[in-house]
Amino acid sequence: MKQNIRKRPIYMDYNATTPCDPKVVEAMLPFFTEKFGNPASRSHAYGWEAEEAVSMARRQVADLIGAGPKEIVFTSGATESDNLAIKGVAQMYGEKGKHVISCVTEHKAVLDSCKRLETWGYEVTFLPVDARGRIDLDELKKAIRDDTILVTLMAANNETGTLHPIEKIGEITREHGVLFHCDATQAIGKVDIDVDRAKIDLLSLSGHKIYGPKGVGALYVRRRNPRVRLVAQIDGGGHERGMRSGTLAVTQIVGLGKACSLLQEGMKQEVEHCRTLRDRLETSIMDQLDYVYINGDPDNRLPSMTNLSFAYVEGESLIMGMKDLAVSSGSACTSASLEPSYVLKAAGVEDELAHSSIRFSLGRFTKEEEIDVAVEQVVSAVRRLREMSPLYELVQEGVDLKTVQWEAH
Amino acid sequence: MAYSEKVLDHYNNPRNVGSLDKKEADVGTGIVGAPECGDVMKLQIQVDKETGQIVEAKFKTYGCGSAIASSSLATEWVKGKTIDEALKIKNSDIVEELSLPPVKIHCSVLAEDAIRAAIEDYKKKQGTKDQEQ
Repeated sequence: MKQNIRKRPIYMDYNATTPCDPKVVEAMLPFFTEKFGNPASRSHAYGWEAEEAVSMARRQVADLIGAGPKEIVFTSGATESDNLAIKGVAQMYGEKGKHVISCVTEHKAVLDSCKRLETWGYEVTFLPVDARGRIDLDELKKAIRDDTILVTLMAANNETGTLHPIEKIGEITREHGVLFHCDATQAIGKVDIDVDRAKIDLLSLSGHKIYGPKGVGALYVRRRNPRVRLVAQIDGGGHERGMRSGTLAVTQIVGLGKACSLLQEGMKQEVEHCRTLRDRLETSIMDQLDYVYINGDPDNRLPSMTNLSFAYVEGESLIMGMKDLAVSSGSACTSASLEPSYVLKAAGVEDELAHSSIRFSLGRFTKEEEIDVAVEQVVSAVRRLREMSPLYELVQEGVDLKTVQWEAH
Repeated sequence: MAYSEKVLDHYNNPRNVGSLDKKEADVGTGIVGAPECGDVMKLQIQVDKETGQIVEAKFKTYGCGSAIASSSLATEWVKGKTIDEALKIKNSDIVEELSLPPVKIHCSVLAEDAIRAAIEDYKKKQGTKDQEQ
């Protein structure tokens, strides 16, 4: 190719998606061509070979979360896993009760599944969060009623990285005999998760957030103490013990399995690598700029990311200024809805600061030099835009912005 | 989102960034928008009292790239115009010049409002001064 290809920006959006690890791709390749069998074909070697590969992947996924291979249901991704868990449990246990508990900062796949339940006559309690994005465990306890059948709470928030205390939540749900579904999409590979220790009954995970391929995920469904049952949401050939029909995406599943086994081996070093780089990024930025605020819970969050608000600068224009960085913003302007992040709003972050928020999420392939380039770009873009900002000017003049009568548009 | 060349140009090389002394009698200041909406524009004009011409214009904007470009363009356009000519600038002219997509039209509306607010402020100042005389 010619030289006029633009230099690719530094990727700092690992919470959105990750590249496939080359080892994952290598493991997948034979299953596109020579090992193309359908694992449901019991009558010949092609089928057996595919079945064996799927079994191995099932074990690799299960091992990472302390589950058994028979407790893993392969899906198309975490969105499907969340849908299956929430709707499947609701339909199966609907006669026992029609109340579900979730939280306002959950991913849309969970929130919208819960809202669907409401149209089916279920009642959903959405727990609020505090300024750090944390739920109050006493409120959770108080929300549990006789007709509560499910609590669905994420392990780590995708926008702020705030961690929910899943082991304490599992303690509470188990004690009350309520099922606990945990969307662990962002936490897998960054935080130790053991389904027995955390008393999780259902857990969603995704391939493309952990250096596996897109289009594949899994739902862990507990088989004993208690045995969890689900109503399938996709009907057909009765694959995955009847919980999810459809010919298994062997190639993707092999990739997901390999991704999990790589994490099993290397997660500890990877977490340290990310934490060191994240701390360097955050500290360097905050040392050089004033009016920078950390969103989420600084004491209890994903080690690989930081979500920062740069006051008096708008997020989209900031992203434009950081030409060599691929990051995301909680600003309305970068979303289709023109509403600033609901996660930040739920945590009481003022709209103005939500508009100014940038999420930096790092990963396996982030390099130290990239952190230094990022810091330099952030600092110079923020300074330049603040020079251009009427709000910054007012603050420098000693005006309290809250006392200004804005002519809202 | 892909930006038009012109938006990028104004964002990278904004014209007339800065402030004029808002206490001066020949300076009109317009501040429109609100921080919680994600955009605030401050546009200032300096008017030659003899000719009624806008001799200087400055802006500062908190907002997305399109908001910055819209206000930058607005200052460029009002310079050299009389107040009455400047009042004829319509947001649709800005949309056209910058090829703004529909979701960014409010940026151009804000820029038009900023021009009007600055002129209004200038006229008000002149009015009070005339009364004093």
